[in-house]
Amino acid sequence: MRINISRKNINDLFVAKIQELSGQNLLACYQCGKCSAGCPAVSDMDLLPNQIIRYAQLGLKDELMHSKSIWVCASCMTCNVRCPRGIKIAEVIEAIRQILLRKRADHLPLENLSPEVKCQVPPIALISSFRKFTS
Amino acid sequence: MKLIYYPGCTLKNQAKNFEDAGLCALDKLGIEVQELERWNCCGTVFSLVTDDLIHHLAPVRVLIRTKEAKSNSLMTMCAMCFNTLKRANERVRADADALSTLNDLMYEEETKYEGDVDVYHLLEILKDKIGFETIRQKTVKPLQDLKVASYYGCYLIRPREIGIDDPENPQILEDLTASLGATPIDFPYKTECCAAYKTVDNPNIVAERTYQILNSARQLGAEVVVVSCPLCAFNLDARQKETSKLYPEFQHVPILYFTQLMALALGCSEEKLRLDLHYIDPKPILKSKGLI
Ligand code: SF4
Ligand code: SF4
Repeated sequence: MRINISRKNINDLFVAKIQELSGQNLLACYQCGKCSAGCPAVSDMDLLPNQIIRYAQLGLKDELMHSKSIWVCASCMTCNVRCPRGIKIAEVIEAIRQILLRKRADHLPLENLSPEVKCQVPPIALISSFRKFTS
Repeated sequence: MKLIYYPGCTLKNQAKNFEDAGLCALDKLGIEVQELERWNCCGTVFSLVTDDLIHHLAPVRVLIRTKEAKSNSLMTMCAMCFNTLKRANERVRADADALSTLNDLMYEEETKYEGDVDVYHLLEILKDKIGFETIRQKTVKPLQDLKVASYYGCYLIRPREIGIDDPENPQILEDLTASLGATPIDFPYKTECCAAYKTVDNPNIVAERTYQILNSARQLGAEVVVVSCPLCAFNLDARQKETSKLYPEFQHVPILYFTQLMALALGCSEEKLRLDLHYIDPKPILKSKGLI
Protein backbone atom coordinates (compact mmCIF):
# COMPACT_ATOMS: atom_id res chain seq x y z
CA MET A 1 0.00 0.00 0.00
CA ARG A 2 1.29 3.44 -0.93
CA ILE A 3 0.98 6.18 1.66
CA ASN A 4 1.66 9.84 0.99
CA ILE A 5 3.00 11.73 3.95
CA SER A 6 2.90 15.50 3.67
CA ARG A 7 3.08 18.56 5.88
CA LYS A 8 -0.27 19.56 4.43
CA ASN A 9 -1.97 16.41 5.71
CA ILE A 10 -0.31 16.61 9.11
CA ASN A 11 -1.44 20.21 9.55
CA ASP A 12 -4.93 19.50 8.24
CA LEU A 13 -7.89 20.56 10.38
CA PHE A 14 -8.90 16.89 10.49
CA VAL A 15 -6.03 16.11 12.87
CA ALA A 16 -6.92 19.04 15.11
CA LYS A 17 -10.57 17.97 15.11
CA ILE A 18 -9.71 14.43 16.17
CA GLN A 19 -7.55 15.74 19.00
CA GLU A 20 -10.29 18.12 20.09
CA LEU A 21 -13.12 15.57 19.98
CA SER A 22 -11.10 12.80 21.62
CA GLY A 23 -9.29 15.04 24.09
CA GLN A 24 -6.09 13.12 23.27
CA ASN A 25 -2.58 14.20 22.31
CA LEU A 26 -1.88 11.93 19.35
CA LEU A 27 1.85 12.63 19.40
CA ALA A 28 2.15 10.98 22.80
CA CYS A 29 1.92 7.58 21.07
CA TYR A 30 5.29 5.86 20.50
CA GLN A 31 3.88 2.96 18.51
CA CYS A 32 4.62 0.17 20.95
CA GLY A 33 1.64 -1.81 19.64
CA LYS A 34 0.29 -2.82 23.03
CA CYS A 35 -3.18 -1.54 22.14
CA SER A 36 -3.35 -3.83 19.10
CA ALA A 37 -1.85 -6.79 20.95
CA GLY A 38 -4.81 -6.94 23.34
CA CYS A 39 -7.61 -5.79 21.05
CA PRO A 40 -10.22 -8.56 20.67
CA ALA A 41 -11.40 -7.18 17.33
CA VAL A 42 -8.17 -7.20 15.27
CA SER A 43 -9.14 -10.22 13.17
CA ASP A 44 -11.97 -8.16 11.67
CA MET A 45 -9.97 -4.93 11.29
CA ASP A 46 -8.19 -3.50 8.23
CA LEU A 47 -6.22 -0.95 10.29
CA LEU A 48 -5.02 -2.03 13.72
CA PRO A 49 -5.58 0.30 16.70
CA ASN A 50 -1.92 1.43 16.78
CA GLN A 51 -2.10 2.09 13.02
CA ILE A 52 -5.23 4.18 13.54
CA ILE A 53 -3.27 6.37 15.95
CA ARG A 54 -0.30 6.58 13.53
CA TYR A 55 -2.56 7.44 10.59
CA ALA A 56 -4.29 10.08 12.70
CA GLN A 57 -0.91 11.64 13.61
CA LEU A 58 -0.12 11.83 9.89
CA GLY A 59 -3.54 13.18 8.91
CA LEU A 60 -4.36 10.26 6.61
CA LYS A 61 -7.98 11.26 6.53
CA ASP A 62 -9.32 9.20 3.61
CA GLU A 63 -7.76 5.99 4.87
CA LEU A 64 -9.25 6.50 8.33
CA MET A 65 -12.68 7.58 7.15
CA HIS A 66 -12.95 4.54 4.87
CA SER A 67 -11.54 2.07 7.33
CA LYS A 68 -13.65 -0.88 8.43
CA SER A 69 -12.00 -0.88 11.85
CA ILE A 70 -13.83 2.16 13.19
CA TRP A 71 -17.12 0.25 12.91
CA VAL A 72 -15.67 -2.96 14.34
CA CYS A 73 -14.33 -1.40 17.54
CA ALA A 74 -16.94 -1.83 20.28
CA SER A 75 -15.33 0.62 22.74
CA CYS A 76 -14.37 -2.27 25.02
CA MET A 77 -11.63 -0.11 26.59
CA THR A 78 -9.04 -2.89 26.74
CA CYS A 79 -6.57 -0.73 24.77
CA ASN A 80 -7.26 2.29 26.99
CA VAL A 81 -6.45 0.50 30.23
CA ARG A 82 -3.22 -0.92 28.78
CA CYS A 83 -1.63 1.97 26.86
CA PRO A 84 1.64 2.84 28.61
CA ARG A 85 1.27 6.45 27.38
CA GLY A 86 -2.24 6.84 28.78
CA ILE A 87 -3.77 7.42 25.37
CA LYS A 88 -7.47 6.75 25.09
CA ILE A 89 -7.52 4.95 21.76
CA ALA A 90 -11.26 4.20 22.00
CA GLU A 91 -11.91 7.95 22.26
CA VAL A 92 -9.84 8.59 19.11
CA ILE A 93 -11.84 5.96 17.23
CA GLU A 94 -15.11 7.45 18.53
CA ALA A 95 -13.96 10.88 17.27
CA ILE A 96 -13.46 9.48 13.75
CA ARG A 97 -16.91 7.83 13.87
CA GLN A 98 -18.43 11.11 15.07
CA ILE A 99 -16.87 13.09 12.21
CA LEU A 100 -18.62 10.74 9.79
CA LEU A 101 -21.90 10.50 11.71
CA ARG A 102 -22.13 14.27 11.89
CA LYS A 103 -22.23 14.16 8.08
CA ARG A 104 -25.07 11.66 8.41
CA ALA A 105 -22.94 8.84 7.05
CA ASP A 106 -24.80 6.25 9.13
CA HIS A 107 -23.22 2.85 9.44
CA LEU A 108 -26.46 1.11 10.43
CA PRO A 109 -29.42 2.02 8.20
CA LEU A 110 -32.36 1.52 10.53
CA GLU A 111 -34.73 0.78 7.66
CA ASN A 112 -32.66 -2.34 6.92
CA LEU A 113 -33.34 -3.88 10.31
CA SER A 114 -35.89 -6.66 9.97
CA PRO A 115 -38.83 -6.87 12.38
CA GLU A 116 -37.41 -10.22 13.58
CA VAL A 117 -34.11 -8.59 14.59
CA LYS A 118 -35.92 -5.73 16.29
CA CYS A 119 -38.02 -8.18 18.32
CA GLN A 120 -35.24 -10.62 19.13
CA VAL A 121 -32.39 -8.42 20.34
CA PRO A 122 -32.86 -6.69 23.70
CA PRO A 123 -33.34 -2.88 23.96
CA ILE A 124 -29.84 -2.51 25.40
CA ALA A 125 -28.37 -3.80 22.10
CA LEU A 126 -30.63 -1.74 19.85
CA ILE A 127 -30.11 1.51 21.71
CA SER A 128 -26.35 1.15 21.99
CA SER A 129 -25.95 0.29 18.32
CA PHE A 130 -28.11 3.29 17.37
CA ARG A 131 -25.98 5.48 19.62
CA LYS A 132 -22.73 4.24 18.11
CA PHE A 133 -23.67 3.74 14.48
CA THR A 134 -26.32 6.33 13.60
CA SER A 135 -26.42 10.13 13.58
CA MET B 1 -30.85 -1.07 54.59
CA LYS B 2 -32.95 0.44 51.82
CA LEU B 3 -31.72 0.70 48.22
CA ILE B 4 -33.05 3.00 45.52
CA TYR B 5 -33.06 0.81 42.44
CA TYR B 6 -32.62 1.73 38.77
CA PRO B 7 -33.75 -1.18 36.56
CA GLY B 8 -32.88 0.08 33.05
CA CYS B 9 -34.68 -1.08 29.93
CA THR B 10 -33.55 -4.64 29.46
CA LEU B 11 -34.29 -5.85 32.99
CA LYS B 12 -37.87 -4.74 32.35
CA ASN B 13 -38.09 -6.54 29.00
CA GLN B 14 -36.27 -9.63 27.70
CA ALA B 15 -34.33 -9.98 30.97
CA LYS B 16 -37.22 -9.50 33.40
CA ASN B 17 -36.23 -12.75 35.11
CA PHE B 18 -32.83 -11.28 36.06
CA GLU B 19 -34.65 -8.50 37.89
CA ASP B 20 -37.20 -10.81 39.54
CA ALA B 21 -34.40 -13.08 40.74
CA GLY B 22 -32.38 -10.13 42.06
CA LEU B 23 -35.32 -8.61 43.93
CA CYS B 24 -36.18 -11.97 45.49
CA ALA B 25 -32.54 -12.54 46.52
CA LEU B 26 -32.32 -9.07 48.11
CA ASP B 27 -35.55 -9.72 49.96
CA LYS B 28 -34.06 -12.94 51.36
CA LEU B 29 -31.07 -10.89 52.51
CA GLY B 30 -33.44 -8.55 54.33
CA ILE B 31 -32.71 -5.56 52.09
CA GLU B 32 -35.51 -3.19 51.22
CA VAL B 33 -35.58 -2.12 47.59
CA GLN B 34 -37.50 0.81 46.14
CA GLU B 35 -37.67 1.25 42.38
CA LEU B 36 -36.83 4.76 41.23
CA GLU B 37 -39.93 6.68 40.14
CA ARG B 38 -40.17 8.10 36.59
CA TRP B 39 -36.83 6.67 35.57
CA ASN B 40 -35.70 7.04 31.95
CA CYS B 41 -33.27 5.08 29.77
CA CYS B 42 -29.66 6.05 30.60
CA GLY B 43 -28.65 5.86 26.93
CA THR B 44 -26.77 2.54 27.45
CA VAL B 45 -23.34 3.89 26.40
CA PHE B 46 -21.28 6.79 27.73
CA SER B 47 -20.51 9.32 25.01
CA LEU B 48 -16.74 9.41 24.50
CA VAL B 49 -16.27 12.68 22.62
CA THR B 50 -15.58 15.88 24.51
CA ASP B 51 -18.31 18.11 23.05
CA ASP B 52 -21.24 15.71 23.22
CA LEU B 53 -22.93 16.99 26.37
CA ILE B 54 -26.48 16.27 25.26
CA HIS B 55 -25.97 12.53 25.64
CA HIS B 56 -25.10 12.98 29.32
CA LEU B 57 -28.49 14.53 29.94
CA ALA B 58 -30.37 11.22 30.26
CA PRO B 59 -28.08 9.73 32.92
CA VAL B 60 -27.94 13.01 34.86
CA ARG B 61 -31.73 13.18 34.83
CA VAL B 62 -31.76 9.75 36.46
CA LEU B 63 -29.52 11.17 39.20
CA ILE B 64 -31.98 14.05 39.69
CA ARG B 65 -34.77 11.51 40.15
CA THR B 66 -32.61 9.79 42.78
CA LYS B 67 -32.29 13.04 44.72
CA GLU B 68 -36.04 13.48 44.47
CA ALA B 69 -36.40 10.05 46.07
CA LYS B 70 -34.48 11.57 49.00
CA SER B 71 -31.47 9.38 48.42
CA ASN B 72 -27.82 10.04 47.71
CA SER B 73 -27.13 6.63 46.22
CA LEU B 74 -28.49 4.58 43.37
CA MET B 75 -28.16 0.86 42.69
CA THR B 76 -28.39 -0.95 39.37
CA MET B 77 -28.01 -4.64 38.48
CA CYS B 78 -26.91 -3.90 34.87
CA ALA B 79 -23.24 -3.35 34.01
CA MET B 80 -23.99 -1.02 31.10
CA CYS B 81 -26.40 1.18 33.08
CA PHE B 82 -23.82 1.26 35.86
CA ASN B 83 -21.04 2.36 33.51
CA THR B 84 -23.10 5.05 31.77
CA LEU B 85 -24.58 6.48 34.97
CA LYS B 86 -21.30 6.44 36.87
CA ARG B 87 -19.21 7.89 34.04
CA ALA B 88 -21.71 10.69 33.40
CA ASN B 89 -21.68 11.38 37.14
CA GLU B 90 -17.87 11.56 37.24
CA ARG B 91 -17.87 13.71 34.09
CA VAL B 92 -20.12 16.39 35.59
CA ARG B 93 -18.45 16.20 39.01
CA ALA B 94 -15.17 17.11 37.34
CA ASP B 95 -16.58 19.86 35.10
CA ALA B 96 -18.69 22.57 36.73
CA ASP B 97 -19.41 24.25 33.36
CA ALA B 98 -20.77 21.03 31.88
CA LEU B 99 -22.95 20.50 34.94
CA SER B 100 -24.35 24.01 34.82
CA THR B 101 -25.08 23.67 31.06
CA LEU B 102 -26.92 20.41 31.71
CA ASN B 103 -28.91 21.94 34.55
CA ASP B 104 -29.80 24.83 32.23
CA LEU B 105 -30.93 22.44 29.52
CA MET B 106 -33.19 20.77 32.10
CA TYR B 107 -34.52 24.11 33.41
CA GLU B 108 -37.98 22.66 33.94
CA GLU B 109 -36.67 20.18 36.49
CA GLU B 110 -37.44 21.34 40.02
CA THR B 111 -34.29 19.75 41.37
CA LYS B 112 -30.79 20.80 40.30
CA TYR B 113 -28.10 18.19 40.08
CA GLU B 114 -25.00 19.00 42.10
CA GLY B 115 -22.92 15.83 41.78
CA ASP B 116 -24.38 14.59 45.04
CA VAL B 117 -25.48 11.05 44.19
CA ASP B 118 -23.25 7.93 44.17
CA VAL B 119 -23.85 5.17 41.63
CA TYR B 120 -23.35 1.50 42.58
CA HIS B 121 -23.58 -1.82 40.83
CA LEU B 122 -25.33 -4.37 43.04
CA LEU B 123 -22.15 -6.48 43.19
CA GLU B 124 -20.34 -3.65 45.00
CA ILE B 125 -23.12 -3.42 47.55
CA LEU B 126 -23.03 -7.17 48.10
CA LYS B 127 -19.27 -7.00 48.70
CA ASP B 128 -18.88 -3.79 50.68
CA LYS B 129 -22.19 -3.18 52.45
CA ILE B 130 -23.73 -6.62 52.93
CA GLY B 131 -20.59 -8.74 52.89
CA PHE B 132 -19.97 -12.13 51.31
CA GLU B 133 -19.77 -13.71 54.77
CA THR B 134 -23.38 -12.67 55.49
CA ILE B 135 -24.40 -14.08 52.12
CA ARG B 136 -22.65 -17.35 52.98
CA GLN B 137 -24.58 -17.52 56.24
CA LYS B 138 -27.91 -16.83 54.56
CA THR B 139 -27.35 -19.42 51.84
CA VAL B 140 -29.94 -22.15 52.34
CA LYS B 141 -29.23 -24.21 49.23
CA PRO B 142 -25.47 -24.13 48.63
CA LEU B 143 -24.55 -24.52 44.94
CA GLN B 144 -22.56 -27.61 45.88
CA ASP B 145 -20.33 -29.05 43.14
CA LEU B 146 -21.52 -26.51 40.57
CA LYS B 147 -18.49 -25.33 38.58
CA VAL B 148 -19.04 -21.71 37.63
CA ALA B 149 -16.85 -19.55 35.41
CA SER B 150 -17.32 -15.81 35.95
CA TYR B 151 -17.45 -13.65 32.84
CA TYR B 152 -17.04 -9.90 33.43
CA GLY B 153 -16.97 -8.42 29.95
CA CYS B 154 -16.09 -4.72 29.81
CA TYR B 155 -18.36 -2.23 31.48
CA LEU B 156 -18.14 -3.38 35.07
CA ILE B 157 -14.35 -3.10 35.20
CA ARG B 158 -13.26 -0.61 32.53
CA PRO B 159 -12.16 2.12 32.47
CA ARG B 160 -10.11 1.71 35.63
CA GLU B 161 -11.35 5.00 37.19
CA ILE B 162 -14.91 3.73 37.52
CA GLY B 163 -14.43 -0.04 37.52
CA ILE B 164 -15.48 -1.99 40.61
CA ASP B 165 -12.52 -4.38 40.50
CA ASP B 166 -9.10 -4.98 38.94
CA PRO B 167 -9.51 -4.50 35.17
CA GLU B 168 -7.14 -7.36 34.31
CA ASN B 169 -8.00 -9.93 36.98
CA PRO B 170 -11.30 -9.16 38.71
CA GLN B 171 -12.47 -11.52 41.49
CA ILE B 172 -15.74 -10.11 42.78
CA LEU B 173 -17.99 -12.59 40.91
CA GLU B 174 -15.81 -15.54 41.98
CA ASP B 175 -16.05 -14.33 45.58
CA LEU B 176 -19.83 -14.12 45.29
CA THR B 177 -20.27 -17.55 43.70
CA ALA B 178 -17.93 -19.10 46.29
CA SER B 179 -20.02 -17.58 49.08
CA LEU B 180 -23.07 -19.23 47.48
CA GLY B 181 -21.31 -22.58 47.73
CA ALA B 182 -20.27 -22.96 44.08
CA THR B 183 -16.79 -23.85 42.80
CA PRO B 184 -15.32 -20.91 40.86
CA ILE B 185 -13.42 -21.76 37.67
CA ASP B 186 -10.81 -19.28 36.47
CA PHE B 187 -10.39 -18.82 32.72
CA PRO B 188 -8.38 -16.45 30.53
CA TYR B 189 -11.29 -14.93 28.58
CA LYS B 190 -13.19 -13.53 31.55
CA THR B 191 -12.56 -9.89 30.60
CA GLU B 192 -12.62 -10.33 26.80
CA CYS B 193 -15.33 -8.24 25.08
CA CYS B 194 -18.26 -10.28 23.65
CA ALA B 195 -18.60 -7.63 20.88
CA ALA B 196 -21.57 -6.06 22.66
CA TYR B 197 -23.93 -4.16 20.32
CA LYS B 198 -22.24 -5.60 17.22
CA THR B 199 -24.88 -8.28 17.80
CA VAL B 200 -27.28 -6.04 15.83
CA ASP B 201 -25.28 -5.37 12.66
CA ASN B 202 -22.90 -8.35 12.68
CA PRO B 203 -24.05 -11.29 14.83
CA ASN B 204 -21.27 -13.49 13.44
CA ILE B 205 -18.59 -11.43 15.20
CA VAL B 206 -20.43 -12.13 18.44
CA ALA B 207 -20.76 -15.82 17.54
CA GLU B 208 -16.98 -16.05 16.99
CA ARG B 209 -16.26 -14.44 20.37
CA THR B 210 -18.88 -16.64 22.04
CA TYR B 211 -17.03 -19.64 20.63
CA GLN B 212 -13.66 -18.52 22.05
CA ILE B 213 -15.00 -17.41 25.42
CA LEU B 214 -17.26 -20.37 26.16
CA ASN B 215 -14.88 -23.00 24.77
CA SER B 216 -12.16 -21.73 27.03
CA ALA B 217 -14.46 -21.80 30.08
CA ARG B 218 -15.75 -25.27 29.26
CA GLN B 219 -12.31 -26.74 28.62
CA LEU B 220 -11.25 -25.55 32.05
CA GLY B 221 -14.17 -27.37 33.61
CA ALA B 222 -16.98 -24.79 33.80
CA GLU B 223 -20.51 -26.20 33.78
CA VAL B 224 -22.20 -22.80 33.65
CA VAL B 225 -20.98 -19.24 32.99
CA VAL B 226 -22.26 -16.42 35.18
CA VAL B 227 -22.54 -12.82 33.89
CA SER B 228 -23.41 -9.38 35.26
CA CYS B 229 -24.52 -7.57 32.08
CA PRO B 230 -27.77 -8.32 30.24
CA LEU B 231 -26.14 -7.67 26.85
CA CYS B 232 -23.34 -10.18 27.60
CA ALA B 233 -26.09 -12.55 28.75
CA PHE B 234 -27.98 -12.23 25.48
CA ASN B 235 -24.86 -12.55 23.35
CA LEU B 236 -23.34 -15.51 25.13
CA ASP B 237 -26.66 -17.33 25.41
CA ALA B 238 -28.77 -16.61 22.32
CA ARG B 239 -25.83 -16.33 19.91
CA GLN B 240 -24.82 -19.91 20.67
CA LYS B 241 -27.29 -20.68 17.89
CA GLU B 242 -25.08 -18.85 15.36
CA THR B 243 -21.95 -20.28 17.01
CA SER B 244 -23.19 -23.80 16.34
CA LYS B 245 -23.74 -22.92 12.69
CA LEU B 246 -20.13 -21.72 12.39
CA TYR B 247 -18.67 -24.57 14.47
CA PRO B 248 -20.88 -27.68 14.39
CA GLU B 249 -18.73 -29.41 17.04
CA PHE B 250 -19.29 -26.55 19.53
CA GLN B 251 -20.70 -27.76 22.86
CA HIS B 252 -23.31 -25.51 24.47
CA VAL B 253 -22.77 -23.88 27.85
CA PRO B 254 -25.70 -22.52 29.91
CA ILE B 255 -25.47 -18.84 30.90
CA LEU B 256 -26.90 -17.54 34.18
CA TYR B 257 -27.17 -14.05 35.60
CA PHE B 258 -25.49 -13.51 38.97
CA THR B 259 -28.88 -12.64 40.48
CA GLN B 260 -30.26 -16.01 39.38
CA LEU B 261 -27.48 -17.92 41.16
CA MET B 262 -28.13 -15.80 44.25
CA ALA B 263 -31.87 -16.43 44.10
CA LEU B 264 -31.29 -20.17 43.78
CA ALA B 265 -28.88 -20.38 46.71
CA LEU B 266 -30.85 -18.02 48.95
CA GLY B 267 -34.02 -20.08 48.63
CA CYS B 268 -36.20 -18.29 46.06
CA SER B 269 -38.60 -20.44 44.09
CA GLU B 270 -37.51 -21.76 40.70
CA GLU B 271 -40.25 -19.72 38.96
CA LYS B 272 -38.36 -16.53 39.80
CA LEU B 273 -35.51 -17.69 37.57
CA ARG B 274 -37.73 -18.32 34.53
CA LEU B 275 -35.17 -20.75 33.15
CA ASP B 276 -37.52 -21.35 30.21
CA LEU B 277 -36.53 -17.93 28.83
CA HIS B 278 -32.93 -19.07 28.27
CA TYR B 279 -31.84 -20.21 24.83
CA ILE B 280 -29.47 -22.83 26.25
CA ASP B 281 -31.43 -24.66 28.93
CA PRO B 282 -29.67 -24.54 32.33
CA LYS B 283 -32.14 -27.02 33.87
CA PRO B 284 -30.34 -30.31 33.10
CA ILE B 285 -27.12 -29.25 34.85
CA LEU B 286 -28.98 -27.66 37.79
CA LYS B 287 -31.15 -30.79 38.14
CA SER B 288 -28.13 -33.08 38.07
CA LYS B 289 -26.73 -31.16 41.06
CA GLY B 290 -30.04 -31.39 42.88
CA LEU B 291 -30.49 -27.62 42.81
CA ILE B 292 -33.92 -27.59 41.16
S1 SF4 C 1 -0.55 1.31 23.34
FE1 SF4 C 1 -0.52 3.57 23.36
S2 SF4 C 1 1.59 4.14 22.90
FE2 SF4 C 1 1.39 1.97 22.35
S3 SF4 C 1 0.84 2.00 20.14
FE3 SF4 C 1 -1.09 1.96 21.27
S4 SF4 C 1 -1.66 4.11 21.51
FE4 SF4 C 1 0.51 4.07 20.94
S1 SF4 D 1 -11.77 -0.24 22.44
FE1 SF4 D 1 -11.84 -0.81 20.28
S2 SF4 D 1 -9.71 -0.68 19.57
FE2 SF4 D 1 -9.65 -0.71 21.81
S3 SF4 D 1 -9.33 -2.85 22.33
FE3 SF4 D 1 -11.55 -2.49 22.34
S4 SF4 D 1 -12.30 -3.03 20.26
FE4 SF4 D 1 -10.01 -2.80 20.18
